Amino acid sequence: MSVFEGADFFAFATRFVEAIPHVKELGISVVTAAPGTAVIKLPYREDLIGNPDTGVLHGGVITTLIDTVCGFAAFSDVGDGFALATLDLRIDYLKPATPKLDLLAEGHTYKITKNIVFVRATAYHSDPQDPIANCVCTFMRGTKGVEFVNSASKMNSQS
Amino acid sequence: MSSLVEIIRHAKAEGDPELMATAYPYAVYLGLQMSTIEDELHCSMPFDEKLVGNPLLPAIHGGVVGAFLESVALVTLIWELDIEQLPKTIDISIDYLRSAGPKTTWAKAVLTKRGRRVANVRVEAWQDNPLKPVAAAHGNFLTG
Repeated sequence: MSVFEGADFFAFATRFVEAIPHVKELGISVVTAAPGTAVIKLPYREDLIGNPDTGVLHGGVITTLIDTVCGFAAFSDVGDGFALATLDLRIDYLKPATPKLDLLAEGHTYKITKNIVFVRATAYHSDPQDPIANCVCTFMRGTKGVEFVNSASKMNSQS
Repeated sequence: MSSLVEIIRHAKAEGDPELMATAYPYAVYLGLQMSTIEDELHCSMPFDEKLVGNPLLPAIHGGVVGAFLESVALVTLIWELDIEQLPKTIDISIDYLRSAGPKTTWAKAVLTKRGRRVANVRVEAWQDNPLKPVAAAHGNFLTG
């Protein structure tokens, strides 16, 4: 059984995102969240531009957005409260992001084994069917850090 | 800010890759540093609190490590090839090998194959010891 059973997943995902200094600094917020899946949003920022001639965001920012949404999807689906470590992450860039638009990323787990969690994700502006990037990544289960077990049980007692 | 092409052209003419470290805003955000030692390009990213992904370890965010690897691959392509435009990343695959601690990260990219339109690049990042990489990546880049 998941230690996150009965938790408010939007609040849980928001806490997850805000607990990561770099993600908080980028202004990433949660759009929707459920066990094993989430949509998060990065507001357009000029200091994250990769090509000043076009105003297009650097691909590396998409890596951070996708790694984060996949991390939440995996962590919330495994449900044991143990930290996960990204093993690998492959991104296909399908088309450039459009300048000045917010960037969204949707991630969901598609397989959990004893040791590994497999996750897929896409990045897009408004239409998930018209993606900017596609990603597959894997996470190693049960690495250092069990902090979220406590925060999850606190959430359960609140709900 | 002058156009990217002008900055790249100027950096190459001067033989000074550091001029590219401010060529685009995200390089400034990451704090990228570039220099040449015996004609070889060296890239680093000093630690900054805003780059932390796991405050308990602490460790640099995996996305930042990936972004750093991709940036070094791109800069190396610009530096080594006779191109002035920014190559486009087609795909990149990143392996996370160790957590990246709160210290300077270095990276070195190797051009494994250059085709007419696509270049394949391998890149490794390390902190204290190049023999103990924190992450490695390989990617395909559109250069034509």
